[in-house]
Amino acid sequence: MCVAVPGKVMEINGDTAKVDVMDNICDVNVKLVNVKPGDYVLMHAGCAIDVLAQDTAREILDVFAELEEEVHDNA
Amino acid sequence: MITLERIVRELRDYDGEEIKIMEVCGTHTSSIFKNGIRSLISPKIRLISGPGCPVCVTPSVYVDKLVDIAGQERHCVLTFGDMMKVKGSRMSLTEAVAAGARVRVLYSPLDAVKIALEDKNTQYVFAAVGFETTTPVYGVLLDEITKREIHNLKLLTSLKIMVPALSYVCENEKNIDAFLAPGHVSVIIGCDVYKELAQKYKKPFVVAGFEGEHILAALYEILCQIKSGRHEMRNLYPNAVTEKGNLAAQSVIQKYFELKDDSWRGIGTIEKSALKLKPEYSKFDAGSSFDEFEEKIPAGCRCRDVILGRINPPECPLFSGACTPLNAVGPCMVSTEGVCGIWYKNRGGKG
Amino acid sequence: MYIDLSHGSGGKQTSSLIHDIFLKHFDNETLNKLEDAAVLDIGGRIAYTTDSFVVTPMFFRGGNIGKLAVCGTVNDLSMMGAKPKYLTAGFIIEAGTDMNQLDQIAQTMKEAALEAGVKIVAGDTKVIEGSGNVYINTSGIGEILKEGVSIQNCRPKDAILLSGNLGEHHAAIMSGRMGIENTISSDCAPLSSIVADLLKNGIDVHCMRDATRGGLATVLNEVSESSHCRVEIDETSIPISREVKGFCDILGLDPLYMANEGKMIAVVPGEQAEAALAAMQQNKYGENARIIGDITEGAGVYMTTALHGRRIIDILYGEGLPRIC
Repeated sequence: MCVAVPGKVMEINGDTAKVDVMDNICDVNVKLVNVKPGDYVLMHAGCAIDVLAQDTAREILDVFAELEEEVHDNA
Repeated sequence: MITLERIVRELRDYDGEEIKIMEVCGTHTSSIFKNGIRSLISPKIRLISGPGCPVCVTPSVYVDKLVDIAGQERHCVLTFGDMMKVKGSRMSLTEAVAAGARVRVLYSPLDAVKIALEDKNTQYVFAAVGFETTTPVYGVLLDEITKREIHNLKLLTSLKIMVPALSYVCENEKNIDAFLAPGHVSVIIGCDVYKELAQKYKKPFVVAGFEGEHILAALYEILCQIKSGRHEMRNLYPNAVTEKGNLAAQSVIQKYFELKDDSWRGIGTIEKSALKLKPEYSKFDAGSSFDEFEEKIPAGCRCRDVILGRINPPECPLFSGACTPLNAVGPCMVSTEGVCGIWYKNRGGKG
Repeated sequence: MYIDLSHGSGGKQTSSLIHDIFLKHFDNETLNKLEDAAVLDIGGRIAYTTDSFVVTPMFFRGGNIGKLAVCGTVNDLSMMGAKPKYLTAGFIIEAGTDMNQLDQIAQTMKEAALEAGVKIVAGDTKVIEGSGNVYINTSGIGEILKEGVSIQNCRPKDAILLSGNLGEHHAAIMSGRMGIENTISSDCAPLSSIVADLLKNGIDVHCMRDATRGGLATVLNEVSESSHCRVEIDETSIPISREVKGFCDILGLDPLYMANEGKMIAVVPGEQAEAALAAMQQNKYGENARIIGDITEGAGVYMTTALHGRRIIDILYGEGLPRIC
């Protein structure tokens, strides 16, 4: 139900970070997460709500890799 | 590694008993639509949009209250764009603006701080709608309001929570075979909560991300589980969703809010399905209690049956006649990505 | 110096406003006569249109309301296969408007008119109470270069070309309002030269439309409805910059529905698609042009998605607003 996008933390100043979403820089509140510059966060309505393990493209590959076992289960 | 082609082939070629899969997240609904997922899978796999859009399930009395506030002198309603088109019993906020009311669309509730500080003679009210994803943001806002001693900014809340709604659907509609569990709500609440639901109701719950590939992968996982008679929670959005969720966000929710029964537009009252400000924070409340109120379902509206997957929108007597995107009667038509909104766009053939 | 109500009195101040700003910039033989109406030489058939412009903020990255007012009318004429010749400009100016801003708006209009090869030959100013906003109406006359260019004229097997990246004007305007920093600039531009290039290269253009309010999606629906045909487009062929894509992701917007001020579609016979594309791409406003789809028998607008799914592209209901769900 909620639009949220991944972005890269550029710099942090107190509770606010500059986050880069495909060259769009937004001020994002980072009170709810532990982050450092260079981390990827998921932002929703001006707040970072999550620190991401990796970028989305990489993740899709991992999900597909994980589903491999199902193929064998159903073979 | 399994390929996307293989996943799509399996989903397309499925020819067993009809499977009904409910997604309960508006952004999943939107992604399914934008990626044309329905056209890629077997007609035997039906995707049903459940009660997952906070704007759509917000009762009309809430919109009425916003309209009233926005029309008062020296008052201004701050809102997400989503709420602008939603009709109350009299009008929408867009129509209220045309009649002279003050409303501003914001991207973040936190932007309200600066606005309230700049004009202390105006009473600002943020239209605080949302599920667990958005509620922590209001908590952060309340922290700021307190810290900066802002006295002219309050919330009008309509904050729903997901698990009671899922339980309600499971209890009341046995025909749903599996659930695509929400991605961003799960970021906050964690995916462990679905394990219990999966066991109790014996249905697969698969957490999915929002790319078309994510959704296809999750549908494939559900298909595999159903074929092999399993009903498990599976997290296919591990990059963002953990077992326990975001604990800091949960604690800020607990700090300010407590559970209450609430009315869901088109469905009715669901026990302990919403959050309200705790009594000690009532000074931040712009009058969110509508206890005396019971949502009236408009005559003829069958949104409840649509949301529960019992009928398709064209079976509703109001569909595309009395109820259209420009004049939405029921919640499913309110958002253009609600299930009736999508069917409306697709009326006149499947292409 | 600011505009006050006396600038609308019809007296001395009105006259100096007209001389000091508008005549200074728009300077041409016809306008300089200050007659009640312009007397023009027009041969053959003409296209004639009008449009009014209100935009907040008045100045934005890539242009201002004046540039919009000239380009908007120039583009509407161009889309009919006409060469824009003359414009009129009516200004409704609120008291409190900064003279320097007004001067800048007029300066930009002059430049845009020069580029598009049109003359601003008549005008009007009115001053009203308010808080410093300017509203502009422009009307324009163009000479028809190619007959029969019409929204009703698309036929099966025609190809659809889009002149460049989507969503830039809308995103530029909204970035400021939403406090998001980027370098997105409005695409506001006169499209008369692209049209001239298409016609010069012998393209038998069936229909042209600029994708302004309501975006590409709305224009394609108008094509489908008016020409009684189906429009098929391919998602992967639609050019969108990385920055606009990110901007749309943040706010939950769909670039297909976002306003452009310097982008057009051209519907041409299928066999001329490549030639038309080459002509567009040689123009500086068409560098990113693409063939995005074609016309078939039927009705509606359909898109083949990147995942090879199919999706209906409906018109926009209400205003495109940032959303969270």
